Amino acid sequence: MRATDISVETDSFLSPKRSFQGLLLTLQRYWAEQGCVILQPYDMEVGAGTFHPATTLRALGPKHWRAAYIQPSRRPGDGRYGENPNRLQHYYQFQVILKPSPDNLQDLYLNSLYAIGIDPENHDIRFVEDDWESPTLGAWGLGWEVWCDGMEVSQFTYFQQVGGFDCSPVSGELTYGLERLAMYVQGVDNVYELNFNGRDGAERTTYGDVFLQSEQEYSRFNFEHADTEILFRHFEDAERECRALLEAGQAGEERHLMALPAYDQCIKASHIFNLLDARGVISVTDRQSYILRVRELAKGCAAAWLKTAGGGADHA
Amino acid sequence: MPELLLELFSEEIPARMQRKAADDLRQLVTDALVAEGLVYEGARGFATPRRLALSVQGLPGRQPDRREERKGPRVGAPEKAIEGFLGSLGGLTLDDCETREDKKGAYYVAVIERPGRAAEEIVAGIVPEVIRKFPWPKSMRWGTGELRWVRPLHSILCVFDGETVPLEIAGIVSGRTTYGHRFMAPEPLEAARLDDYEPALKAARVVLDSQERAEAIRNGARNLAFAQSLELIEDEALIAENAGLAEWPVTLMGRFDEAFLAVPPEVIVTALKAHQKCFALNDPERTAPFGGAALSNRYILVSNLEARDGGRKIVEGNDRVIAARLSDARFFWDTDRATPLQEMTGALAAVRFHEELGSMAQKVARVETLAGEIAGTIGADPEKAMLAARLCKADLVSGMVGEFPELQGLMGRYYALEQGIDAEVADAVAEHYRPQGPSDALPLSAVAQAVAVADKLDTLIGFWAIGEKPTGSKDPYALRRAALGIIRIVLEGELRLRLLPLATAHEGVPAGEGGRDALAADLLDFFADRLKVYLREQGARHDLIDAVFALGGQDDLLMIVRRVEALGRFLETDDGTNLLAGVKRAGNILRIEEKKDGRAHDGAPDPALFEQDEERALASAIDEAEMRAADAVAAEDFEAAMAAIATLRSPVDAFFDAVTVNADDEALRDNRLRLLSRIRAATRAVAEFSRIEG
Repeated sequence: MRATDISVETDSFLSPKRSFQGLLLTLQRYWAEQGCVILQPYDMEVGAGTFHPATTLRALGPKHWRAAYIQPSRRPGDGRYGENPNRLQHYYQFQVILKPSPDNLQDLYLNSLYAIGIDPENHDIRFVEDDWESPTLGAWGLGWEVWCDGMEVSQFTYFQQVGGFDCSPVSGELTYGLERLAMYVQGVDNVYELNFNGRDGAERTTYGDVFLQSEQEYSRFNFEHADTEILFRHFEDAERECRALLEAGQAGEERHLMALPAYDQCIKASHIFNLLDARGVISVTDRQSYILRVRELAKGCAAAWLKTAGGGADHA
Repeated sequence: MPELLLELFSEEIPARMQRKAADDLRQLVTDALVAEGLVYEGARGFATPRRLALSVQGLPGRQPDRREERKGPRVGAPEKAIEGFLGSLGGLTLDDCETREDKKGAYYVAVIERPGRAAEEIVAGIVPEVIRKFPWPKSMRWGTGELRWVRPLHSILCVFDGETVPLEIAGIVSGRTTYGHRFMAPEPLEAARLDDYEPALKAARVVLDSQERAEAIRNGARNLAFAQSLELIEDEALIAENAGLAEWPVTLMGRFDEAFLAVPPEVIVTALKAHQKCFALNDPERTAPFGGAALSNRYILVSNLEARDGGRKIVEGNDRVIAARLSDARFFWDTDRATPLQEMTGALAAVRFHEELGSMAQKVARVETLAGEIAGTIGADPEKAMLAARLCKADLVSGMVGEFPELQGLMGRYYALEQGIDAEVADAVAEHYRPQGPSDALPLSAVAQAVAVADKLDTLIGFWAIGEKPTGSKDPYALRRAALGIIRIVLEGELRLRLLPLATAHEGVPAGEGGRDALAADLLDFFADRLKVYLREQGARHDLIDAVFALGGQDDLLMIVRRVEALGRFLETDDGTNLLAGVKRAGNILRIEEKKDGRAHDGAPDPALFEQDEERALASAIDEAEMRAADAVAAEDFEAAMAAIATLRSPVDAFFDAVTVNADDEALRDNRLRLLSRIRAATRAVAEFSRIEG
């Protein structure tokens, strides 16, 4: 499909060129047409869309799976009190996972860019080597960051391992940084000036209207006020709960009954670690040991998941 | 003669891997062809972002017929042995065998005629094998398959002598089809030989040859610069990387706000290059705020598209990304300068150098002391060296170095200069990381040399103390590079530095297993090894280095090398070669006799026991030579020391010609052996001759 085949209704307030939400809706519709289940964000604080069990856990085991969803992602250390036009401690990722990765995944991806109005006859789209690794998830894959006119607009990864287990079949994961993409498509240099709803005049709502205050407040929280003692305690609690659930859910050798609740605690531990890191209270050496602790949880959850129906325990 | 054309078409291959992959493909396929008896006239490998290709020219159509012979049992050997032999050949009979004779009698030889197979058939066997075993630095699986490739492999073009070679791997069936540029000419195209493949690709907006792409980028960038009276800052690695990112490279010029030029040029060049893979330009019309050439606010980018609009939108997009990068850089430049370097050093207490070796602040304190001591011995101002050492790691906590780690040291220099710190000190802050590799520049001033040596020596002593020495290919802390760095600074700067006292007295790191003296000695052995590697690359003999180190206590690298050089020149003379032979002969006799007697024959010979003139002559020549050599060594005149030792040649030769060492008279024998041991002792004034080869 060439860009010229797609009619982008530039006059509509839902045009991806006019509104942030139009961009989200266009991507959702596009991937729905490719057979993805359109999920809602996971209801927990995560650092990236990959943490959603619809990616992490579903990437494991033999069952085929196609899903797309928006995931609010929190990176406490990236907060800038709303003063940096490009950096946010809370932002949206659009995440697509296709398992097994289809042969035409690159074309499917490019068509999604055309769908939001990026014209390949005038824009320079490149696949630049970028291997992905998540030390806390014990996961890695090979792929690229996708550049559009020198700007990174997506991460494109073929998952090789999650939680220390080989992925077979291999999932293809696409992650779009939505604010950045929207800034590009709308042609604005400051994220807070993004048009959110595509309306003009008094009806116009900007990204800043929606999120500036929360960026300021959460930056204060992340960097200055998050009670590190409580956080350390919560980390321990989440770790303990995760281990307890992993043990309690073990039903004989073959099956596990609580992989998902256990994984929630792993997500929680990971996010608390990020908060502690942003508060600057984790030294370089300690950092490594915290990462290892979360990874152990992730590995346990991955092993448990493989003993559930979703993980393919009924196959074979 | 027939040609083989092979193309492996995939998703985007990392730029840094392409060149080696093209070479590997050529090597692996041609090696396998030759192993099958298919010799060829020439072969060329190619790589673009989406394909590896290979053309092998001048192949024969068939393998030559082969005749194999297998030697069997003797005629008349037991039935079982003959049956076993025939069985191993797959059911031949004795009629298929010849009998031959050797010294021991007649034996069977099976002769197997193997008609050559068609080259096409062999290629069909080789290609899947090469794909499966391809040495990618990192490879992956995709979809439901098990095949590994650098990124998903999509199609295989394999044509021999105009005909498609049928083969299949992981569901991919070979053909004669490939595809042009991803966006400008994605349609399939056919090719059967390099002569139509390369032009067909070019018509489909793919330049096959990476050199040609690099050339297009170089020329394009130069021309764009020239048209604006600007100068391209040439960067071959960046050209090569860009040539690996575009099948059809198109150079364009972008620009950024001139206000960004208030940031040091290295920062702008790094921001353009590291993140955006763009080229910076110099503007001869501008005056440089920091000295040297002045940057222009234009830059060159390389795209992979001949855009409809001539590249207007591509440039716009890149300009915006660059502006965001540069405003980050300017933000760091402004905020970093608000904090004096001295204050930044405070934050180093929170930066860990190594778990067992403490914080960066502790390292800096150790380096400061060491730099002061070294400065004192190499003629640098100790105050300046200590100040430079105190400040040398401060920029690690700056925002700029956090964003661009490759600017460490350099930013420290800028921040020091901005604070009005002495230029020699500021330069030492920048240069103390040098040299980063065997061909990297060295620190220039004595102050910088002192800090550079101190930093590296502290690292070495520290890691030695906690038992983290490099082993085999593992050298995670780059300790070999650190030692080589010290060697280069000392030798090329002609510095006089004794390593043992420095290592022994160094405080603030654990003593190490076996104590500090043992650690220093072990570290010195490591230096000896690195020095050998370094000198070997310069053409020096490793045995001569051994011969000098074997003297023990040799820890002044410059003197060691001077001595090795003098020794090398001496051994090239007639006197040298002969004396070496004589000394070795003396050494051999002594070793054998001392072993036999179970005791050493050290000590001065008794002149009263000398019977022959040659003994007396040798004894007095030794005394004389030893004294003169010792004086010369003390004066560090190794040429003179060698000349002194050279005087031993004729008395030694005369002694061996005329005197029987193993005399029947025990006392006489002992005395002569003691004389031999004096030769050995005297020559030790310059080197341990027993370690010299030849």
